[in-house]
Amino acid sequence: MKKEFVAIQTLCSHYEVEVSFIDALHQTGLIQFEVFEEEHCVHHDQIRDLEKMIRIHQDLNLNIEAIDVVFNLLEKQRQLKQEVNALKNKLRRYQGS
Amino acid sequence: MAFIDYYKILGVPKTASAKEVKKAYRKLARKYHPDLNPDNKEAEIKFKQVNEAHEVLSDPEKRKKYDKYGKDWQHGEEFEKARRQQQQSQRRSTQESFGGQDYSDFFESMFGGRSSASSRRGQYPKFKGQDYHAELHVTLRDVYTEHKQVLTVNGNKIRLTIPAGVENGQEIKIKGKGGEGLNDGPNGDLYITFVVNNNSGFRREGSNLFTDMDLDLYTAILGGEITVKTFTGKVKLKVPPETENGTKVRLKGKGFPRYKTKDQFGDLIITYRIQTPKNLSEKEKELFRELQKLS
Repeated sequence: MKKEFVAIQTLCSHYEVEVSFIDALHQTGLIQFEVFEEEHCVHHDQIRDLEKMIRIHQDLNLNIEAIDVVFNLLEKQRQLKQEVNALKNKLRRYQGS
Repeated sequence: MAFIDYYKILGVPKTASAKEVKKAYRKLARKYHPDLNPDNKEAEIKFKQVNEAHEVLSDPEKRKKYDKYGKDWQHGEEFEKARRQQQQSQRRSTQESFGGQDYSDFFESMFGGRSSASSRRGQYPKFKGQDYHAELHVTLRDVYTEHKQVLTVNGNKIRLTIPAGVENGQEIKIKGKGGEGLNDGPNGDLYITFVVNNNSGFRREGSNLFTDMDLDLYTAILGGEITVKTFTGKVKLKVPPETENGTKVRLKGKGFPRYKTKDQFGDLIITYRIQTPKNLSEKEKELFRELQKLS
């Protein structure tokens, strides 16, 4: 089970970010922590999003609130794209028949 | 090779201060950053242009040279030829260590690729390449067994092993097969979403398969043996007497393979649809009337 999680300390030293930054992401609800033997860890499913948050923060100087807004909008965009694709597929079926 | 107006790209006047250049760059980087523009090739190109413009205009030495030669870059090139030759060997080793750069021909001509000074960590941010998203259309029969497929994504051939039991809409990530990273940043990833087209006659829910089976009235009442089509072939099935319409029969392990679980299969659930006999002869009608009287 623990193999699927990465310790916050490891992530901080790897990505060269402060623990307070990861903690703030957690406080905002952008990432979830799990605790193993009193050590805070992140599930590897969340690493992709975490990397994106770090890049957005470092490259674009966006604060946590702005990252939250960006992620909400990206999620909406993803859902809309999915809907458009599903509708296109449906339309293709009707046009083909 | 065309002249590139870096001031125009950043939308600043020639007199812009370093602070104004940085501000304009930050604004455009926020607009075109690959993480904020997934699957947007146009934004990726603009982002590269903005980075290139920033690299030139934020470096006093490069900016001076650009301002001096600018449109007459070919003339400037002659002046710089001797100096460039001298630096050639050094530059080559720098470019190799950074895996080559994605700069315009104009930039390469004026500045000869990235200088060792500008490649220092922290001076220019690394950017991960764009993540690419693609759809892969397969049939239900395709994903019944594990199989290999070669995909061509942006000119690159990718060998893919598709595990048995992949779900419709399931996404897999192929690391490093997305867009090229910038300033020595890592490549983006490729995300493939499976679209499983089902024309098999079976309905799928997870690893269970569902199908309807027509049953004639006489077999339903008196019982008998029928042949049922499963995903892998036909099987014989006993029908007990007095089977009702809508009765469900579960064939264990005759369903779909469970994703990434070797030799584990779901069940096949068959629903009997009893068919009422049609176009009865007079004799048949008479026999049914007799039955009616008996009941």
